[in-house]
Amino acid sequence: MVNSYEFDVLVVGAGLAGLRAALAAHQTGASVAVITKVHPVRSHSNAAQGGINAALTDRGDKWEEHAFETVKGSDYLGDQDAVEILAQEAGQDILALEHMGVIFNRNEEGRLGTRRFGGQKRARTFFVSDFTGQALLHVLYEQAMKTRLPVFEEWFVTSLVKDEHGRCGGVLAFEIRSGRMALFRAKAVVIAAGGLGRVFEPSTNALICTGDGVAIAYRGGAPLMDMEMVQYHPTTLRGKGLLLSEAARGEGAYLLNAEGERFMEQYAPNMMELASRDVVSRAEQIEINEGRGINGCVLLDCRHLGKTLIRERLSQIFEEAKSFANIDLTEELVPVCPGMHYMMGGVKTDVEGRCWDLAGGWQGVPGLFAAGEAACLSLHGGNRLGANSLLDTVVFGRRAGRCAGEYAKTLAHPRIDDGVVKDEEDNLKKILARPETDDTVSRIRHEMGCAMTEGFGVFREEEAMISAQQTVGSLRERWNRVAIHDKGQVFNTSLIRALELDFMLDCAETIALGALTRTESRGAHFRTDCLDRDDDHWLKHILIHHRPGGPPQLDFLPVRVTQWEPQVRVY
Amino acid sequence: MLTTFRICRFNPEAESPRPYFQDYQLATERSDTVLDALIRIRETVDESLTLRCSCRGAICGSCGMRINGHAALACKTKVASLVSPGETIHVEPMNNMPVIKDLVTDMAGFWEKIRQVQPWLQPTGPEPEGEYLASPEAMNHLTGVMNCIMCGACVSDCAALEVNPDFIGPAALAKAYRFAADPRDGNSASRLRELNVPGGMWDCTRCMECIEVCPKGVGAMDRIMTLRAKGIEHGVPSTAGSRHTEAFADIIEQKGRLDEPMLAVRTFGLTNVRQMFSFLPMVVRALIRGKLPRSGPLHRPIPGIDRIRRLFQRVKEPR
Repeated sequence: MVNSYEFDVLVVGAGLAGLRAALAAHQTGASVAVITKVHPVRSHSNAAQGGINAALTDRGDKWEEHAFETVKGSDYLGDQDAVEILAQEAGQDILALEHMGVIFNRNEEGRLGTRRFGGQKRARTFFVSDFTGQALLHVLYEQAMKTRLPVFEEWFVTSLVKDEHGRCGGVLAFEIRSGRMALFRAKAVVIAAGGLGRVFEPSTNALICTGDGVAIAYRGGAPLMDMEMVQYHPTTLRGKGLLLSEAARGEGAYLLNAEGERFMEQYAPNMMELASRDVVSRAEQIEINEGRGINGCVLLDCRHLGKTLIRERLSQIFEEAKSFANIDLTEELVPVCPGMHYMMGGVKTDVEGRCWDLAGGWQGVPGLFAAGEAACLSLHGGNRLGANSLLDTVVFGRRAGRCAGEYAKTLAHPRIDDGVVKDEEDNLKKILARPETDDTVSRIRHEMGCAMTEGFGVFREEEAMISAQQTVGSLRERWNRVAIHDKGQVFNTSLIRALELDFMLDCAETIALGALTRTESRGAHFRTDCLDRDDDHWLKHILIHHRPGGPPQLDFLPVRVTQWEPQVRVY
Repeated sequence: MLTTFRICRFNPEAESPRPYFQDYQLATERSDTVLDALIRIRETVDESLTLRCSCRGAICGSCGMRINGHAALACKTKVASLVSPGETIHVEPMNNMPVIKDLVTDMAGFWEKIRQVQPWLQPTGPEPEGEYLASPEAMNHLTGVMNCIMCGACVSDCAALEVNPDFIGPAALAKAYRFAADPRDGNSASRLRELNVPGGMWDCTRCMECIEVCPKGVGAMDRIMTLRAKGIEHGVPSTAGSRHTEAFADIIEQKGRLDEPMLAVRTFGLTNVRQMFSFLPMVVRALIRGKLPRSGPLHRPIPGIDRIRRLFQRVKEPR
């Protein structure tokens, strides 16, 4: 049985960032493969609904406006050199996607149409009804089929491997269908394995969003950055936390409190419902906390938008409200509340996706790259603008893939001993062989999710954060002992869920550490015990390094400012 | 409400692997979906229960399975819509594909058929500097097909596939339609020719099951019918499939009811001796049971045939 494979570039994750990176790496002439724990079209990029931002200059928009609004949205924590690249290259990437076959919505002239999105004054969000992510993902998978890209579907990556010089040399993974462990040798590994939403309960994120890539890179020696920055989306369905796209408000929907007032007037008189997500989520939470909510929710009003518009542009959320909340949003108000949605932080990269610094300003792992939600450039800083995440995946997925391809071509394969396969097999065997206990993975996972929501929600303060941090610490102890009830080799989801929980606990620890370290309020990180933004001390990123056998180590990097000095942030 | 879930289990690593049903009783609430229930069983009763699931919002297509005999997304199916209190819900893996474990099926064959239709845009001519121009109507129409999340529900319940595993199936044909109907695609004619083969677009038997079970309203069968019409419009070489369609319409127009022997002759050709002989046993059986329909000149038009012919005229008139 083959137990090793070899490629120049291995991409972990097959969502938008992963597929975009793989296609770009393929174009450099490198041999490329993708490895993913679910089939590519099951990836969570699917769930992006509203659209993708770009300032197209031929219709009078300016990239500088998009960049500035992104910087302002980030509460000045975004690194401005990265933001400039994002805004400048957006147009070409949108057109490239259109040429690949994306069925973007058109205007009357047959050209690409736009809608407005939060935190932006101009309509620059291109879209496919309200399932833009799905439309993009399926087209990129079409391109992967066209180029015959090798995809290792339903393989679960367990760890990164490095050579004796600390250079990344591939990953270890097992085939879910057979349980077979294999070494994937690669000169460059691109982590594009998505977000970690399931660390929180509830979350808009899919059940597969368990921070695997983030934790694997972290344990492999790459620092994580901005981990305290967790986005709460203003319009999620209560209970399971399903997302209702910002596109609703982009198309003109209102937010009302129990008294029927458009309360955003009090909080963001200019941008109203389309202020930044952190601002709207906080406003909602204040309304709810002060008794002007209904059962822990405020109300989303789409009734005045009309059935035709809703059918053509908001069909997905119309269906969703009907199927999952039994609400006809053309005629009824939808109760919504802020819900965990997106991780601004992640594996620290430069603007080419590298997880190490060529200049040596910070320590990382040569040969390791990252892109998409798993990565942190930092582009979104303290708060991501809606429709910038799809853009992030295609622009920086492409850049990371290209750089990884070029990088790999210059090198020989790192030397990795085959024995690592046996060691990793033994690790899993030990986990499977744990003696039976009363505890379950599900219970630990649930307690972690609730503790994180309690401690690191829309409003934070020290005491609650420390308590949540301690809970996570004790859950780690319990994880070390919890038994796996399914002992089989074939499609053992019981084992996979335990391994995912292991990754999530690492993510939770770093979120807690970041949030306790940052003693100010900025973007989505709002502390009731430190109400103000403190540019004198905190115009910097927090980096967290994994230290085997010891506590994580903190490091700091200044925010890179190019042309926009921090200002007071008002919407 | 206490609900019984009768779940089809299959463990390939068992000593003698064979599927069996296992019952789980669970308290369910009005808002619960079948997926919520399955996850609760997995989390609180039996960790080994194996299924694919991810988004919980009917967009990732992972949780296709058969629920009470029909393919559906578990995340989109409300428990309360299926049963009255005390009744049992049957949950089985999708049909027309091999089972790996419990509710998890092997979809490799599904994807192989998708790949067969070359599912990527194939424009001709130089790439424009900006976007391709396309009417909003054309794009809105395509958006409806692009809705497909590749969950496999239509393929699971396709009656034609059940008897002919070589049929390319509703999902791949809907995907083919998405490109054949794209004004930016320059390859419609060759796409249609490639579907004009045994196992291609003519093999659908129009049972409508794919339309019934699709969780996203893609309407695969309708797309297949449009592909056929486009094929005839584009003058794809005549095949048994296209001749069957044309002969069917002709016969109805002339006689007002189906003339089965004539349909067979016109579809396969009287000179196709082997095919004609292959029908003999069926003809004999039909004769014995008095079920052989009259054919040719013996088969007279039904009374009021004029009205049927007028209907045909009306349909043929350009709108």
